[in-house]
Amino acid sequence: MIGIVDYGGANHASVINAVNNLGFEYFISDNKKSLDDAEKIILPGVGAAPTVMQQLQTKDLDAYLKLTEKPILGICIGMQIMYEASSEGNTDGLSIFDGKVKKFEPRTDKPVPHMGWNEVRFNKTYSDLSGYYYFANSYYADVSEQTTAISSYGDKFSAMTSIKNFTGVQFHPEKSGSLGYQFLQRFLSL
Amino acid sequence: MLSKRIIPCLDVKDGKVVKGVQFDNHEDVGEITDLAYKYSKDNADELVFYDISASTKNEVVETAWVKKVADKINIPFCVAGGIKNIRVAEAILNLGADKISINTPATENPKLITELANEFGSQCVVVGIDSYFQDQQYNVYSRTGNPTTRTKSNKLTYSWIKEVQDRGAGEIVLNCMNQDGVRNGYDIKQLLDARKIARVPLIASGGAGNMDHFYDVFKSCNVDGALAASVFHKNEVEIEALKNNLLNRGIRVRT
Repeated sequence: MIGIVDYGGANHASVINAVNNLGFEYFISDNKKSLDDAEKIILPGVGAAPTVMQQLQTKDLDAYLKLTEKPILGICIGMQIMYEASSEGNTDGLSIFDGKVKKFEPRTDKPVPHMGWNEVRFNKTYSDLSGYYYFANSYYADVSEQTTAISSYGDKFSAMTSIKNFTGVQFHPEKSGSLGYQFLQRFLSL
Repeated sequence: MLSKRIIPCLDVKDGKVVKGVQFDNHEDVGEITDLAYKYSKDNADELVFYDISASTKNEVVETAWVKKVADKINIPFCVAGGIKNIRVAEAILNLGADKISINTPATENPKLITELANEFGSQCVVVGIDSYFQDQQYNVYSRTGNPTTRTKSNKLTYSWIKEVQDRGAGEIVLNCMNQDGVRNGYDIKQLLDARKIARVPLIASGGAGNMDHFYDVFKSCNVDGALAASVFHKNEVEIEALKNNLLNRGIRVRT
C-alpha cells in the first residue's frame, strides 16, 4: 500500500493517476497513524515550501517523516522540503538532506520557472532510466555528495538526492511519459 | 539543458476538437480523449486543452473532459477557457490539469494573475496573449474564440508581456493572430522581440504549416516551445517525424 501525503487543498490527481495506472494500491492521508500503515510514502510535488511545511507541522507530520524508516519519495517541492531550508519564503525544511534550496536567477536566455523536459543522468539504481524528464521548478538544490542524479540548467543541479530510506526527485516522474512511469514503477516495487 | 517543447493544442468547442482559420469557421477534427491519448503516445511534450467557447459565452471550461483527458495521459496538461477565479482554477487542477492558462480573464482582471500565482505557484499559471498587428503596432485582443465577441483591449502586446511576468505568470503563450490558421509560419519578428523581454518560458503560437516553420521559430527566436493545432490534427505534420527532423538539424528535442 502506497501512502500519498495530503498537504491540503493542492492537486494530487497526477500522482494518484500514475500510482493507480501502475496498478498499486494507495491512499491519501494527512494522518500519521494512517500513513504508518503504508509500505512506502510519497510527498507529492504541488504547492509552495512555506505552505507545505506549515501543513506538515500543523498535522505533526514533520517529525514523523523525519524519523520514519519507510521508503519515502519526495517529488519537486516534496524533495525541496527535505533539505535544511529553502529561500522560498525563508522556510526551514526537514533537514534530511544537507544543504539549502535556492532560486534560479531568471534571464531571457534562461527563463524561470525551469519548465519542460530536461536530461537526467542517474548514477546508480536507476542508471538505465537516464533520459528526459519533466520539470516545473523555480528553486533547486546544488549537486552534493548525496546527489544521485544530475541535470543542468546553466549550471548543474541535483535532479535526485538520496540518503538512507529517503529519495527526492526534482522532476515529475508522474508527468514524464513512459520513462517517468518506469521510474515510479521501480521505486514503488523495490 | 531543457529541450524545446512541441505542444499540440486541442481547441474545444461544444465537446469536440475544432480548428478554424484566423479563429473563424471552426470545423470538427475529432474526439478530445482520442486525440489527447494519441498525442501523448506520439511523444508530444505537453497538451493544451483550450475551450474556445468558454470566454465568449461567459462559461467556464466543462470540467468532465479535464478528468477524462488527465486519466489517459502522463504528460503535462494545460487547461484554458474562461477561468475567472481561484475556485474554478482549483477545481480544474484537482481534476488533474497541471497548469491553467488565462487570456481574456487576465486582460479584464490583471490581479487574477497574481492571485493564481500566490495560490498555486507561478509554474501553474500560463497567460495566453492574443496579439494582432494593426495600425503599426501589436495589440492585445480578448474574447477571440468567436468573431462576434472579439474585442481589442487597451493593452499593447510588449508592455502586456512585461506586466504579466511581473504579476507572476510562469509562462506566456504568444498567439500571433495575423498568422493563425494560415500556415505561413510563425511570426518570427514579433516572437524575437517578445523573447528579448520574456524572462519566463515563451511559447510560440499561430502559423505552423510545415516542419520548417518549427525549425525556424526555434532557431531564430529561441522560444521554449511551439504550439500548433491543425497541422497535427490533420496529420500533415507527424510529431515523431517532426522531432527527428528537428534533432537532425541541431535542435534539442526529446525523442
